Amino acid sequence: MFDNILIWFVVIPIAMMVGLGFCRNSGMKAIRTVMVVCSTVLLALAIWLCCDFLRLREMGVTDEMVHMGSWMWYEPLNIHLAVGVDGISVLMILLSAIIVFAGTFASWKIDPLPKNFFLWYALLSTGVFGFFISIDIFTMFMFYEVALIPMYLLIGVWGTGRKEYSAMKLTLMLMGGSAFLMLGLLGIFWHSAPEGGQLTWNILEIAHNNSIDHNWQYMLFCFTFVGFGVLGAMFPFHTWSPDGHASAPTAVSMLHAGVLMKLGGYGCFRIAIFLLPQAANELAWIFIILTGISIVYGAFSACVQTDLKYINAYSSVSHCGMVLFAILMLNATAMTGAIMQMLSHGLMTALFFALIGMIYGRTHTRDIRQMGGLMKIMPYLGVCYMIAGFASLGLPGLSGFVAEMTIFFGAFQDADVFHRIFVICSTTAIVITAVYILRVVGKLLLGPVQDDHHLSLTDATWFERLATVTLILCIAGIGCFPNWINEAINHSFTPIINALQASVF
Amino acid sequence: MEVIIPILILAFPLFTFLLLGLCGMKMSHKVAGFIGIAMLGTTAVLAYIVACTYFFSGDPAFIFEGVRQQYQVFDVTWLAFTQTLVVKIGFLLDPISALMLVVITTISFMVHLYSWGYMEGEPGFQRYYAFLSLFTFSMLGLVVATNIFQMYIFWELVGVSSYLLIGFFYRLPSAVSASKKAFIVTRFADLGFLIGILLLSYYTDTFNFVELTQNPEIVLGTTGGATYMGASVLTWAMVLIFSGGMGKSAMMPLHIWLPDAMEGPTPVSALIHAATMVVAGVYLVARLFPLYCVVDFSLTFICCVGAITAFYAAMVACAQTDIKRILAFSTISQIAFMMVSIGVAYDKPIEGVHYSGLGYMAGMFHLFTHAMFKALLFLGAGALIHAVHSNEYTAMGGLRKYMPITHWTFLIGCLAIAGIWPFAGFFSKDEMLAAMFQRHWFWGAWMTMVAGLTSFYMFRLYFLVFWGEENPHYKEHKPHDAPWQMSVPLILLAGVSICAGWIHFGEFVTWNGKPYEIHIEAPVAFTSLLVAVVGIALAAIMYMKKNTIPEKFKNAWPALWQAANRRFYWDEIYMFITHKIIFNIICKSIAWFDRHVIDATMDGFAKVTQNVSYRIRGMQSGEVQSYVGWYITGAVVIAAIAWLCFA
Amino acid sequence: MDLSMLWYLVPSVLMFVCGIYGFMTRKNLIAILISLELMLNSADLNFVIFNRYLYPGSMEGMVFTLFAIALAAAETAVAIAIIINIYRAVGNTDINEVKQMRF
Repeated sequence: MFDNILIWFVVIPIAMMVGLGFCRNSGMKAIRTVMVVCSTVLLALAIWLCCDFLRLREMGVTDEMVHMGSWMWYEPLNIHLAVGVDGISVLMILLSAIIVFAGTFASWKIDPLPKNFFLWYALLSTGVFGFFISIDIFTMFMFYEVALIPMYLLIGVWGTGRKEYSAMKLTLMLMGGSAFLMLGLLGIFWHSAPEGGQLTWNILEIAHNNSIDHNWQYMLFCFTFVGFGVLGAMFPFHTWSPDGHASAPTAVSMLHAGVLMKLGGYGCFRIAIFLLPQAANELAWIFIILTGISIVYGAFSACVQTDLKYINAYSSVSHCGMVLFAILMLNATAMTGAIMQMLSHGLMTALFFALIGMIYGRTHTRDIRQMGGLMKIMPYLGVCYMIAGFASLGLPGLSGFVAEMTIFFGAFQDADVFHRIFVICSTTAIVITAVYILRVVGKLLLGPVQDDHHLSLTDATWFERLATVTLILCIAGIGCFPNWINEAINHSFTPIINALQASVF
Repeated sequence: MEVIIPILILAFPLFTFLLLGLCGMKMSHKVAGFIGIAMLGTTAVLAYIVACTYFFSGDPAFIFEGVRQQYQVFDVTWLAFTQTLVVKIGFLLDPISALMLVVITTISFMVHLYSWGYMEGEPGFQRYYAFLSLFTFSMLGLVVATNIFQMYIFWELVGVSSYLLIGFFYRLPSAVSASKKAFIVTRFADLGFLIGILLLSYYTDTFNFVELTQNPEIVLGTTGGATYMGASVLTWAMVLIFSGGMGKSAMMPLHIWLPDAMEGPTPVSALIHAATMVVAGVYLVARLFPLYCVVDFSLTFICCVGAITAFYAAMVACAQTDIKRILAFSTISQIAFMMVSIGVAYDKPIEGVHYSGLGYMAGMFHLFTHAMFKALLFLGAGALIHAVHSNEYTAMGGLRKYMPITHWTFLIGCLAIAGIWPFAGFFSKDEMLAAMFQRHWFWGAWMTMVAGLTSFYMFRLYFLVFWGEENPHYKEHKPHDAPWQMSVPLILLAGVSICAGWIHFGEFVTWNGKPYEIHIEAPVAFTSLLVAVVGIALAAIMYMKKNTIPEKFKNAWPALWQAANRRFYWDEIYMFITHKIIFNIICKSIAWFDRHVIDATMDGFAKVTQNVSYRIRGMQSGEVQSYVGWYITGAVVIAAIAWLCFA
Repeated sequence: MDLSMLWYLVPSVLMFVCGIYGFMTRKNLIAILISLELMLNSADLNFVIFNRYLYPGSMEGMVFTLFAIALAAAETAVAIAIIINIYRAVGNTDINEVKQMRF
């Protein structure tokens, strides 16, 4: 079992928790050591996995999944711990590892109860990694829940503002989504095999069997898509996002916006679309409308917010809407764009939230009306914020541009009027994004200093620099050299596209 | 051709940007400035080498049987959207890109040198040079683009460099809002550009300029009869792509950002907002010229937009008081001139007359000469501002005695833009007007009028600044000529402005690569010269000595003067639409809707659940005997139901 | 003599109803406990009756009753212990005094 590299992505976070268990509550040094060592190992492992995967693809291996493994977990229901990765999950694992790494440094001085904070943080990472490596939908769902629950405590204990309310709202809404999801997954399970066959939770087997009755598919598609869509902040189920992000501590916002919201997109893609292709073909239009609304609606809402975190939360609604929108276009280019957008949005939102946390930690306010001219006072953070902003508004050379363009060009492949109208509407988001990003940059960083108390503030410390530099390098790396992502995920779409095409008739 | 030189042309400015951007703060101003100037100088030399090789080497790759060829030095894959639709980054050499390489590196080098004096001692000096390098890199990438998507990439990058440089003095709210405005307006225009690219690439399945322009009929064929709202898809695509150019080149109604962009440092205005970036729209049209030719409507559209803008901007320029704004409107007007010129060009015979794309050649010629003399004028304006510390002409007057170098170079610039023989502007303007008259007398007459206005407002500026009464403040603070770093570029550019017209431009740049013999058309030349002289004379009468004629004019039509001074209220209209309608009505109502409808619904679910549980919690009373009562009642009811159903 | 099953069942039901009545009306915890025992015993009686008349061959009903008696004894012991504790805490054994276990 432990010879499979993927298992280590779950084992290391668990080891992290065990290690933290041995630390004393006030032993900041020991806690940090454990966190840094483990997250670095995770990052190294993820990079190795990614390189190895690219190497395999280069060698001509066109398997659907690699590093496959399956261990029986609960016999009566045929539940396995089944793991395997394709290009998409490899990239998602890499993203998670980067953000866990950066998040560790962003919460360097977390207070109070650092040990408990990191324990929950590690549990959250366990869930996230477990979700991405699983190909058994039951274990996937289990890890999904594992990732959600720590959120409640992380926000409720270490948050700011109306934290109890936000924590409760976030957890309940996501749990509501999970309820839909559970129904959908059970439905898929009960129809997973042809008459008399062995029922299975394994994604590949279900897709291979392709035995889900068409009438069932419609219902199950709605359940699973809405279930994951809630986590992907799809209109109108997005309202947990502004409040939740606004109250969450820095690292949790980073991990949540950066990775957890990606679980939604990934799930929609891997389960709703892949396993229920017939329904996906026929019902996509409903969700195209909803996600199309998300894109424009989120962007417009962000224009009038005054709280930095609200702005980014609404911007996330818009950008994550773009992910789901692209997935629903049901063609390889747009889906590639969706994956790129997940990566790009994950990195840049993490950067945004890290920076907001750092700025908030200094000025003790997140209201842009009370700040101004921070560029002069903390040039490093200011420049990073501008880079994050430029990535968000799609400046070439940074990741956002690549992702958005791929989405638009992919989405434009559908020539009918309905798709065209929605694509053109969603392209307007790039202008609105520019408006709200420049508004914030103009008010927050540029112009005269608003508050004289801010003049004595200091610029970033070394651990803050490390966290931001990691993220910026990744953003610029994807933005300048995007084609390797294409190569990594090239073959991963083939089964999905084939399933979709086969189900048209 | 060696691949290394073109790569270095792009790499040097990029490297300079990264070097100065990352380590600039640790350098002294001198070192940073020196690095910037030296690197850009090297780039300029390399660009000259490339351009000379292209134009003069006679290599069959560049000129084949007398026809200049398009040559892709390299073209590497950057991102593959689909199997066929692949974005590449490359380096395309053809007459116009070689021309632009020369223009950009020349002006950029002049501006780098000039800024050393102009920006001396400014905080953020290193940052300034870093941004200049970023801009140069982006602009070079734009002009050598092998495909329309590469152009779009660098198009956005020049947009952001422009944003950064306009907002260079970021502590000033006016600079911040001007930079924001410039970015958002051009972004909005780029949206059209993007949709145009989407449309075009969907039907043709390629981004490559060479493939698109070699066989425009095939492009027309692939789009087939696809129409949308009464116009063919190709027309839509070309008009939308042109809208991107309208944004960058500040055509009506997207011109509003350019005058505000003058908040940036003056050398930046000379480089970006006069000579290079703002002509990107013209360059875009020239680049896709064969495609524009196959859809007649789009060329007519370009003509109309250009003609209206040229006249509008010239009118406004007559009523401004800020010298940089006057120059900005003059730039808008001149670019519109180029647009009209390309718009009237035709590659195919109409009613038996072969036009041989004269307008195209003339437009590019004017682009070249205009870049030189407008940069000269802006740098001259920078020297004036440097001397008197104000942008308003009211703070100037009679400066010719104090600043002889600036005075003479500025005069040369004004003569060139007014189109006086033998200065550069005369030749290019003459060719443009000839092309317009060829097409239709209306375009020619209209633009001749604009040319007259041009010479009037330029000389109005000239006389107001260098003649007239001396400002009393000179006694306390005596204005003087700028230091050598600033004077040298002025003199060099003045030299170019004098000679550039004598270049046989038709041999180098034509729409199809075949040389074109330029001949001065006497009637057109005479008319335009006459109009220009009349404009100058009028300006001299009104402004050379302080007198009451301007006041009389102003009082004769106060509303017109007021409207021209306020730029015919375009800014107010935009303010109304963006602030009142979009921000206040749309955004605020959406935000309200989100909080009070959607979020309230979600909260409502929680509230309902909570209320219901409050209501029914009385059943858990703690009275054991009532529980038993309920229990028994329930048991009896269930028994009764069971009995009724199954007995 | 041949007594039909009814002769046994009627007293058992009466006993059960008495138990219910007592359980719901008495205020004293001890009295409630006694009523509970009445109901329990009537149920035991039923077990025996049904076993004896309907399935004379088997003994499950009898065995079950024995179990139930033993359990009832244990339960009474626990209940009395609780009641004593309540008495110590509250001072009487009135059921209306012990309504703490509510929402």
